[in-house]
Amino acid sequence: MILPSAIALGREFAGARFQIAPVRGLSVQDGLVIGSVLVLIACYLLPLGAVVALSFLVPVPGIGNYWSIFQNATVHAVVGKTLWISSLTVGLTLLLGYITAYALVQAGPVARKLMLAGVLLPLWISVLVRNYAWIALLSPGGIVNSILIRWGWLDQPVSLVRNSFGVVLGMVHYMLPYAILPIYAQMARIDSTLPHLARSLGASPRQAFIRVFLPLSRPGLAAAAFLTSIMSLGFYLTPAMLGGGKTVMVAEFISIQVTETLRWDIATTLSTLLLLVTGALVWRFSHLLELATAKPKT
Amino acid sequence: MSSSFLTIDSICKRYGLLRALEAVSLDVTQGEFLTLLGPSGSGKSTLLAILAGFAEPDQGIVRLNGRDITRLAPEARRFGVVPQGYGLFPHLTVYENIAFPLRVRRSRSASINGRVRQVMELLQIGSVKSRLPRELSGGQQQRVALARALSFEPDLLLLDEPMSALDALLRRDLQAELVRLHRQVGTTFVYVTHDQQEALALSDRIVVLNHGRIEQIGTPRSIYAQPATRFVANFLGKNNLLQATAAIGPLGRLHFHWNGHRIAAGVTAPFEGPCSLTIRPEAIVLTKVGHSSQGTKDRILGTVVNHTFHGASADVIVAVGHESLTVTLTAAASPPVPGDEVWLAFDAERLWCLPEADTISPAASATSPELAA
Ligand SMILES: Nc1ncnc2c1ncn2[C@@H]1O[C@H](COP(=O)(O)OP(=O)(O)O)[C@@H](O)[C@H]1O
Ligand SMILES: [Mg+2]
Repeated sequence: MILPSAIALGREFAGARFQIAPVRGLSVQDGLVIGSVLVLIACYLLPLGAVVALSFLVPVPGIGNYWSIFQNATVHAVVGKTLWISSLTVGLTLLLGYITAYALVQAGPVARKLMLAGVLLPLWISVLVRNYAWIALLSPGGIVNSILIRWGWLDQPVSLVRNSFGVVLGMVHYMLPYAILPIYAQMARIDSTLPHLARSLGASPRQAFIRVFLPLSRPGLAAAAFLTSIMSLGFYLTPAMLGGGKTVMVAEFISIQVTETLRWDIATTLSTLLLLVTGALVWRFSHLLELATAKPKT
Repeated sequence: MSSSFLTIDSICKRYGLLRALEAVSLDVTQGEFLTLLGPSGSGKSTLLAILAGFAEPDQGIVRLNGRDITRLAPEARRFGVVPQGYGLFPHLTVYENIAFPLRVRRSRSASINGRVRQVMELLQIGSVKSRLPRELSGGQQQRVALARALSFEPDLLLLDEPMSALDALLRRDLQAELVRLHRQVGTTFVYVTHDQQEALALSDRIVVLNHGRIEQIGTPRSIYAQPATRFVANFLGKNNLLQATAAIGPLGRLHFHWNGHRIAAGVTAPFEGPCSLTIRPEAIVLTKVGHSSQGTKDRILGTVVNHTFHGASADVIVAVGHESLTVTLTAAASPPVPGDEVWLAFDAERLWCLPEADTISPAASATSPELAA
């Protein structure tokens, strides 16, 4: 699925810049395409293939690893936690993303540029830096706690990080741009006169929103939901840093199996399953991302 | 018929420095087909948006049956709107688009079904009721937009250039249809167009707008025959505007001096002095020199410089001295060709004049309906 499209993409990219006649059957374009395919194979397909293979080979060949994973209570707990944190994160991200995108389409041109810059800027900052910033802000001796205590709103510092709250906060913060942008792109396509018109036909502002604006913005919401779901399932750094070992999600759990407990069987099997689930989601829902070819408005 | 159905009183609307509407005042009579006519950017859509409640005027009042509705929310107005581009809801079928106003008003579903069927039948779109708007032709979209705006039996229907996206042939059919519809439902129509032909064909009354101001209000015939301003004289149909001088003769009869000629008028002008004399191209009688000509008294000699064939009619440009006139001929067995010498005679009843300063008082144009001939 990835390979043919990568080749096609490579062709397009190369074709756009290099219009050079073929030399002895192989053009520069073909060279570029073959090169990028080789990089893909070396960097992604080979290691992934090795992980999948290992899950069937260690410690003994067979499907025993899968059998025991499904019985493993710790794995159940970690998967349950991952699903819970992910749903919460996706739900919150969509809600906040929708509100921000709505503010963006309503804003004047200058305000919109500033707001968009504000949305995009965090993408340039390493997630590591952002996580440390959250820790500095939210830890018991951090800025937020000391301000709340000074104003007398709190007697004791409360833990805002190293728990699920911190993880969800960090993940929502990280994923917001990925929700805002597709929702905003879809909202910008909506004919801005339609909500007015709905009102002239008798709809209250609320009805105009629910019956006209919301359904028309749904493709953007679906794309955002898809993107953030895929991302949240495999989140590693943020839960590891802001969860403080108490909120362990699948990706961090796998990493622990590889680096600390050395249970390669569990690590590779879980990785393969995660790959399968994510792959299935991409397979089934990737059409949601094709905003550019979405229904034209009439 | 109440004369104070909808009253628009000195409406002003500015966008920054731009004056989109300047002191627009207007009475709309119940049941009439009123057209707002003006070139692009003249403020027609702005006025419509104020009537619909989409925009608030900076000054002025809109009254419905004597009640101030200037700041009333759109949904509280019961005005149907057919916007430019139709504004159909792309995610709803034809049926659901038409049912929309009834659903948001929480009508009973049985009555919704009955009413939607009724308007679909009225507009002959029953066969496409399950389609989405993008699966419809332009003409069908227009009908659906009309059906939706009429489904809740509005007090007023506002239409913004509903024909502009359609091709010429379809436009003519739909014009006739719109007139039929207006007669059938009896709702007051306020119709916006930049197409003078359309305005003349459809309207009970026309309001001519230019640069956000009303130039003239009147029936199609009176506006065509007695334009109040040079803008109106040029904007509606073809016209000849001649720099002339009005003079009242010894017997109180009015005549004009133009280009060294004396032209008798069948009208009484409210003034003497320099003016713009207007004469419609079809109100000039053209005869070739050498043929026996009627109306020998006030005829003017000219030379044909151009001839354009339009099918049912032909336009001939005739040079008279340093000026030129357009003459429309309906049927000519042997049409004049460039270089021909011709006699021109003006239909005295159809001469009209505007004062040079272009500020004829509204009273002067309104109190001369007998000139409609
Ligand atoms: N929302 C707006 N902001 C700024 N200028 C506007 C806006 N709407 C209309 N205008 C301006 O007001 C004038 C009248 O516009 P409009 O009423 O749309 O004219 P028409 O419908 O007769 O073509 C135009 O010059 C237009 O550019
Ligand atoms: Mg307009």
